Amino acid sequence: MPVWEIVLRYGLLLAVLALMIGPFLWQLSTSLKGPHENIFSSPPKFLPSDPTFHNYERVADTIPVWDYAFNSLKVAAANVVTNCVGATLAGYALARLRYRGRKAATIVFILAMLVPVEGIIIAQFTTMRELGLNNTLIGVLLPGCVSALNVLLMRNAFLNVPYEIEEAAFVDGANVWQRFLRIALPAVKGTLAVVAIFAFMGAWDDFLWPLIVLSDPDRFTLTIGLNYLHGTFANDERLVAAGTVIAVLPLIVLFACLQRYFFRGVGEGAVKG
Amino acid sequence: MKSPTAAKATSSDISTAGPALKELPDGTRRGARGARVRRQLPTSPWLFAAPGLVIVAVFILYPFISTLNNAFTDKRTLIPGEYVGFANFSELLHDDMFWIGLRNSTLYVLVVVPALVLLPLLLAMLVQKHIPGITFFRSAFYTPVVASIVVVGLIWVWMLDERGLVNAVLEAVGVGKVGFLSDQWLLLFSAMAVTVWKGLGYYMIIYLAALANVPRELHEAAAVDGAGAFRRFITVTVPAVRSTMVLVGALSSVAAFKVFSEVYLMAGPAGGPAGEDTTLVMLVQRVGTGLTGRVGYASAISVVVFVVTVALMLLVLRADRKEDA
Repeated sequence: MPVWEIVLRYGLLLAVLALMIGPFLWQLSTSLKGPHENIFSSPPKFLPSDPTFHNYERVADTIPVWDYAFNSLKVAAANVVTNCVGATLAGYALARLRYRGRKAATIVFILAMLVPVEGIIIAQFTTMRELGLNNTLIGVLLPGCVSALNVLLMRNAFLNVPYEIEEAAFVDGANVWQRFLRIALPAVKGTLAVVAIFAFMGAWDDFLWPLIVLSDPDRFTLTIGLNYLHGTFANDERLVAAGTVIAVLPLIVLFACLQRYFFRGVGEGAVKG
Repeated sequence: MKSPTAAKATSSDISTAGPALKELPDGTRRGARGARVRRQLPTSPWLFAAPGLVIVAVFILYPFISTLNNAFTDKRTLIPGEYVGFANFSELLHDDMFWIGLRNSTLYVLVVVPALVLLPLLLAMLVQKHIPGITFFRSAFYTPVVASIVVVGLIWVWMLDERGLVNAVLEAVGVGKVGFLSDQWLLLFSAMAVTVWKGLGYYMIIYLAALANVPRELHEAAAVDGAGAFRRFITVTVPAVRSTMVLVGALSSVAAFKVFSEVYLMAGPAGGPAGEDTTLVMLVQRVGTGLTGRVGYASAISVVVFVVTVALMLLVLRADRKEDA
């Protein structure tokens, strides 16, 4: 590469970097600015002159932000477990087991994947109320706890495992559970990791469904709590900024740790899904 | 995807081993204990599929069918309602808010989709080459995708506030303040910009996978023939990733038509000045929830959302097939 191209490339990369990361850093900076610091100064000041965690304490005084974070964590963790278990089992059944109705089962999952969630949200809410589960975290969790997309992702992963290995295990006398747990499952770890990450992010980031199903502020998840904070205390940007940092930091850390799986998976998932 | 046939062949081979392999029956050969086995046959596979099937049936397919059904009733939150035929739909035709929602959701598609088909491709080309530090840049560009839409929305509300960073910069360079969040149209376009900003990284990854399959020789040959960067982009890159562009177009148009969170957060629950920034899904949420929620009417709007989404998909896919022919 000629020198001018290297300079141009890095120049463009840095410009895009500023555009993509800048707003997050600005939010972080705002959250660290003290009560006497002018956050509206012109020209803007990028570094807090006297950084403080005071705003984080104040968020916790204003809304039970740690309870909300814990609610989000509970839903997200449960979503990871249910999606990994449910999608793996169903994916295995669709890819590897033979029985009457397998095609029908596959079609059910494909149809479910095509239904736009935004369009059925009122009926989902009605269903949830009939089950007496609205305004509960279980209600937040249930509709997405085994997503059809994840089932189909796992199905594709199992289809790509060479059948001969399982055949050999069968000859050695392994029953279906043994073949599933010891042979098939370890072979699809990569896809499983992707399903886990997406399940966590999906639940942690979800907004529309919890907004509809939760009405009691004691049971809010973090995203709904933030919206509430923003609505109630819109005039103190430091507080809202601190709240958003609390919400986004765990995800950025999680993503930074798992980005290797992530990129592989997003590419695969997009092409297959 | 080669496995289904392969699996079929091997499974019948295995079945000759006897009834022990009750999970892989093909009904052709069975041992002496066949009768007992046959009784057990369906249970085990269905046990595997059952949790997923139940969840999907109860919380996706059943609500879908009841949405279609409710659209023809005057059901309300606590009132079952009765069939009213097409009354909801004819009311839609005279509902100004519905037309505002349809207009805004359509505008959203028209602006956001071209941007999301083109910009992430350019971004993918920028991060494609393996140069030092490129992994960091790729991950960093993906950060807005990871962040919750609420976080993203609130960050930009603060950035675009009248006293926010963008206006401070604009003022410093002498442009003056711009009412990004107070003007009806600027508000909608700001939300679109945020949607594009958040989506860039996601579609960038999809394009990266596609670009990896473009033979480098094509570029080199074109360069030898004297084609400049722009010409190579049009004659080599674009045709090579065309099917991916169609996929991105389909995904982003469906998502754009169903936009909710960005506009809800930036314009507020009421949808900006005089509700002029309301989108269709915002309208569904507003009309259909709460103690006085008009479930039937909201379902009718949802049906419109379904129909347009399916139409958008077909339109994009058909455009793809036409160019193939």
